[in-house]
Amino acid sequence: MPLPATVRVSLLFLVIAIVALAFSDVAITASNPWRDLGRFFLGMLTPDFFSYEGLATALVRTLAFAFVGVGLGSVCGFGLALLYRWRAVRLCSAFVRAIHELFWALIFLQFFGFHPLTGVLAIAIPYTGIFAKVYSEILDDVNPQAAHLLPRGSGTLVSYLYARLPQCWAQIRTYTLYRLECGLRSSAILGFVGLPTLGYYLEASFSQGQYSEAGAMLLLFYALIATIPVWVRRFTLPLYLAAAPFLLGEGFAIRWGNVERFFTEDIVPAPLRNGDGWSGLQDWLADVMVNQAIPGIWNTLVLTQLSLVATGMLALVTFPLISRHFGGPIRRGSGHIFLVVMRSTPEYVLAYILLQLWGPSMLPAAVALALHNGGIIGHLLGRHSSHIGLRSDAPIGLNRYTYELVPRLYRSFLALLFYRWEIIMRETAILGILGIYTLGFYVDSAIQNIQFDRALVLIVLTALLNIGVDKLSRVIRRRLALQTLPTC
Amino acid sequence: MLIPLLRRLLLSLSLVLAPVSMVTADTFVFTAIPDEDETKLIERFQGVADYLSQQLSVDVRYIPVKSYAAAVSAFRNDQVQLAWFGGLSGVQARRLVPGSLALAQGEEDQAFETYFIAHRSTGIEPGTELPQSLRGRTFTFGSKGSTSGRLMPEFFLREQFGEAPESIFSRVGFSGNHTRTLRLVEAGTFEVGALNFKVWEKELADGNVDTSQVQVIWKTPGYPDYQWTVRGDVDERFGTGFTDRLRTALLNLDDPALLASFPRSAFIPASNADYESIRAVAEAIGILE
Repeated sequence: MPLPATVRVSLLFLVIAIVALAFSDVAITASNPWRDLGRFFLGMLTPDFFSYEGLATALVRTLAFAFVGVGLGSVCGFGLALLYRWRAVRLCSAFVRAIHELFWALIFLQFFGFHPLTGVLAIAIPYTGIFAKVYSEILDDVNPQAAHLLPRGSGTLVSYLYARLPQCWAQIRTYTLYRLECGLRSSAILGFVGLPTLGYYLEASFSQGQYSEAGAMLLLFYALIATIPVWVRRFTLPLYLAAAPFLLGEGFAIRWGNVERFFTEDIVPAPLRNGDGWSGLQDWLADVMVNQAIPGIWNTLVLTQLSLVATGMLALVTFPLISRHFGGPIRRGSGHIFLVVMRSTPEYVLAYILLQLWGPSMLPAAVALALHNGGIIGHLLGRHSSHIGLRSDAPIGLNRYTYELVPRLYRSFLALLFYRWEIIMRETAILGILGIYTLGFYVDSAIQNIQFDRALVLIVLTALLNIGVDKLSRVIRRRLALQTLPTC
Repeated sequence: MLIPLLRRLLLSLSLVLAPVSMVTADTFVFTAIPDEDETKLIERFQGVADYLSQQLSVDVRYIPVKSYAAAVSAFRNDQVQLAWFGGLSGVQARRLVPGSLALAQGEEDQAFETYFIAHRSTGIEPGTELPQSLRGRTFTFGSKGSTSGRLMPEFFLREQFGEAPESIFSRVGFSGNHTRTLRLVEAGTFEVGALNFKVWEKELADGNVDTSQVQVIWKTPGYPDYQWTVRGDVDERFGTGFTDRLRTALLNLDDPALLASFPRSAFIPASNADYESIRAVAEAIGILE
């Protein structure tokens, strides 16, 4: 009997992951990883909320950067969504969203330095690209009938505002709110490169083994994200948006000379700057490709494929935790908490923690990516599964899982997984900054050596790789006729 | 009803904004490479800021950064005017900011050393050269931009083995700073590491090293390292003779507690030429183009 296409594709990806595993560098190098893990969990149980006077400020900054960045991104993204049928706009959005927030921050740090604009733009630019795409998908999905009823000669903007927007307003609101949650995670992470948000203090506490301090920060962060529906309301949101720009902190004045220097000197390839001409440029490019780009791309691909399959497996294992077809309210409640913690912890933070505890290899990174993304997909699948009605004589336990639910959920599962493929790759690249040899490692090394020309070439390659995977994922989803939902 | 609420709101707002003191045009700002744990750095350089501000009669502020490159960039972008650099970061910074000067170095920085340390379980014993038994071990540098944690150990490894570190060791990591290198090798996460000898000695003296787990296996020959570097344009901004006053202030720093926090016994004059050998090594390894 021929296998269904979805199963064939799944098996193919499984085989690729097994091959990737053979080429990967997976190990626990710490001699006593469990002791440190124990100390970390002890820290979570004995949080110390009063160690840093700066903690409250860090939380306010984290919120401020998120609100300003996401706010700006959503306005610009909406503007671009209206022009999304133009190829140039589509390409531009795809390019800016293929570059991770941390890479943007590393770029802006070089000429804006520690100015609030660095953090704001690092969030706003990639989010603009994401919003433009998702908003346009949502807007395209609405019933066009209403627009036909407008008087002849009504402009595009009018037709969007009066005919399309009202139909999908709720969807846009939900998505924007979801992005705000992502923005909080992005904002927290920017601290790892020196901006005054939560990550700054989290990194300092962790690296010094002060787990109670780190635990306090993580718990506050979870609380902040879990309570978003409580404190973000229709009447409070404008207040936050208005206040946020004033809470970004001061930083240093921008010198435009630095900006000009960055674009006219720093990023010009060294051989052109030194007048070595085209042959010099060829040697230089060959050196970048052989010693940095190719090893970086290879490791990025290996880790991405491993993490993608691990994510999928974890999602399939965890969704019953919150499904109403398994277990009672207590088990579902604790399942919810577990999945919220998993998806609220940014991959970068998880990977950082695990790397500290287990030592450097691809393993901590793959586990971090699988936990975070698996948590998200598991959560969505669990919710989805609760809407499925089963016959009253349906089997229970393992049979219910394997014969009733998984087959019904499998297509949504694959759609979600392939949707996150590109996101996983973006993160995989960035985790290199932590010391795994993916593209981010080489970008960080170039920046540490003050070679911004090399860094930029590598960042552009990372972006192109992302765009490629995104395209491939689209093709696969179309072939398998998987419905994509712009929800994650 | 409304007014007390508003007042309370404003008060809490001002509390949130308070920790960020304004950086005005006449604030003299400096930074330092983040070579050790952050709390230690803040303690140390806050003391320096207070001392300099008193000696120079200007507002002096220290800002912490997260990476060596960030320290160099802040210096280059004139967001800081003075920095406590390592040998390599100093060379990078002075190359990027023409006219900038190495002002002072620690007494010990004339002949700084790197210590190679190993976990006891490796069975590697101290010797007069880097042993062949290092092959195939796991190894960690400090930060990618560090002189004593990266540049010089890589130089001596290449000299001894004639190969890049990645082909000598089974795994090469970058811990981030010297304290972390010590902790990682002590915990056995990496079998071998290389770090700033001053950090090792200070941690040892403070009783923070478990010598039943980790020991020094080789000490490098001496090379020039850390120094205070100032931008060439500070006299224009802070008045004629500012550079000289700054140098004098740094050389006269004799508060034992403050010196011990570095840890250095005294600061002595330094010049750009003192770091020529570092530049040559960095170019040979390909860190500088």
